[in-house]
Amino acid sequence: MSDAPALAVAGVTHRFGSRAALSDVSLEVGRGRFVALLGPNGAGKTTLFSVITRLYTHQDGRVAIFGHGLDREPSRALARMGVVFQARTLDTDLTVEQNLFYHASLHGIARRVAGARIAVLLDRVGLADRRADKIRTLSGGQSRRIEIARSLIHEPRLLLLDEPTVGLDLESRADIVAIVRALVREEGLSVLWATHIFEEIEGDDDAVVLHKGRIVARGTAGSIARPGETLEAAFRRLVADPARQAA
Amino acid sequence: MTTPPGPQASATPLEKPVPHLGRLDAVGYLICLSGIVRRELLRFFNQKERFFSALVRPLVWLFIFAAGFRNTLGVSIEPPYQTYVLYEVYVVPGLAVMIQLFNGMQSSLSMVYDREVGSMKVLLTSPYPRWLLLLAKLVAGVTVSVVQAYAFLAIAYFWELDIPAIGYLAALPAFVAAGLMLGAIGLLLSSMVKQLENFASVMNFVIFPMFFASSALYPLWRIRESSETLYAICMANPFTHAVQLVRFALYGQFDPLACAVVVGTTLVVFTLAVIAYDPGRGIMARRGGPAGEAP
Repeated sequence: MSDAPALAVAGVTHRFGSRAALSDVSLEVGRGRFVALLGPNGAGKTTLFSVITRLYTHQDGRVAIFGHGLDREPSRALARMGVVFQARTLDTDLTVEQNLFYHASLHGIARRVAGARIAVLLDRVGLADRRADKIRTLSGGQSRRIEIARSLIHEPRLLLLDEPTVGLDLESRADIVAIVRALVREEGLSVLWATHIFEEIEGDDDAVVLHKGRIVARGTAGSIARPGETLEAAFRRLVADPARQAA
Repeated sequence: MTTPPGPQASATPLEKPVPHLGRLDAVGYLICLSGIVRRELLRFFNQKERFFSALVRPLVWLFIFAAGFRNTLGVSIEPPYQTYVLYEVYVVPGLAVMIQLFNGMQSSLSMVYDREVGSMKVLLTSPYPRWLLLLAKLVAGVTVSVVQAYAFLAIAYFWELDIPAIGYLAALPAFVAAGLMLGAIGLLLSSMVKQLENFASVMNFVIFPMFFASSALYPLWRIRESSETLYAICMANPFTHAVQLVRFALYGQFDPLACAVVVGTTLVVFTLAVIAYDPGRGIMARRGGPAGEAP
């Protein structure tokens, strides 16, 4: 178990009625790795996140977090995972601190322990001075940074982020990317990062391309592109609709 | 595509086995439960107008409706009352439980809202079992509804209700039981209502029929005089039994049938709500997750 990858998704299929949103999806996030999950809108990224976070159960295949199967040991699996969802999920009427204490309690962390942890994390995301402010007074980028702090409260070793920089300005985007990269580099955190912003991906990151519920390419970001091809061009080639190309 | 996963594990040194800060034992359960209750109370105190509007509704009934019908709707002697009672006296328990009915539906509404804004996802990714998370939501709602019911009783005290002091104390478990049942019904409804806008139908098809087809506003023998069928419907309505449980408790008496129906309904409905929120089996799974994001 100690050698199990941070996240292992093997042969996962998920259907909504007769339509398969995910077909035989397999991917792995190695310990301490930053893995980019690329895919156009409707590719199944959010469905995959929902399956990994057990918002709904996959019908076929297996998902394991550090070797803990989501089907047999959901509590152990979820306890080791932090999530930043695509939609904003902070309670805007509550303060930063109240939101973070609430999340700590959802993971069974006593207030005394949580208080110290919150101080460390707010410092890490550069918002220690906003601890007592209501969420509605924060900018979009600041809220995102709070969500990252929140996802780390229970000291997960795997962090899932579903398009965390969507809708943010360039500076806020850069801040978010820098915070998460530092977590990988300095603390050995494992990250699955769904995006379609190619500037956020570095050449030696692992990348997985999801299209119409299937994985169409995987490898390091550098190896997915052909010689002389950018990652963005490679992505467009991989998800191009053959019928539309022919027309 | 069934090729083996490509990304390889790095050599980054990490501690083994993989730890986490939270605790998954009984203490952790309690921390989780109290954290959810605390958050709901914080939200409640942030919405003071909600507290007052919840009080205004039954007080309007008591001030105006009950005063108007005082002479038309005389209430004969029937348990738990030992003398003829004024109509105002009769409706007070029903109005107190009406507050709880609205509160249960309000909690349900906030669950649907949480689902729409995404905070339900945060709740459901807690490592604790779903039943505990739903129970915590239920306990939070009941806490609020009991406070509201007592605030109403405190104001209604000035209507010469002749409720014995012990009755206020004896009613506490009855209010808790009634609140749990109505909250559980709200939870189950929240799993079935897809969007916030659909909530008007809940008002029409749940709250009003439950309230009017019950012993809250008129004794059931009066209903029976006009229609045996309607009487059967009222007797089958769990809200009737919640009202009767509280009514008897307020006068220091215990209604075993009402208690059995309230407890039984709570258990059945709460179980159904847990199933509905189960990621594999329930309505959530069929619909495509808490935010209904199935494409």
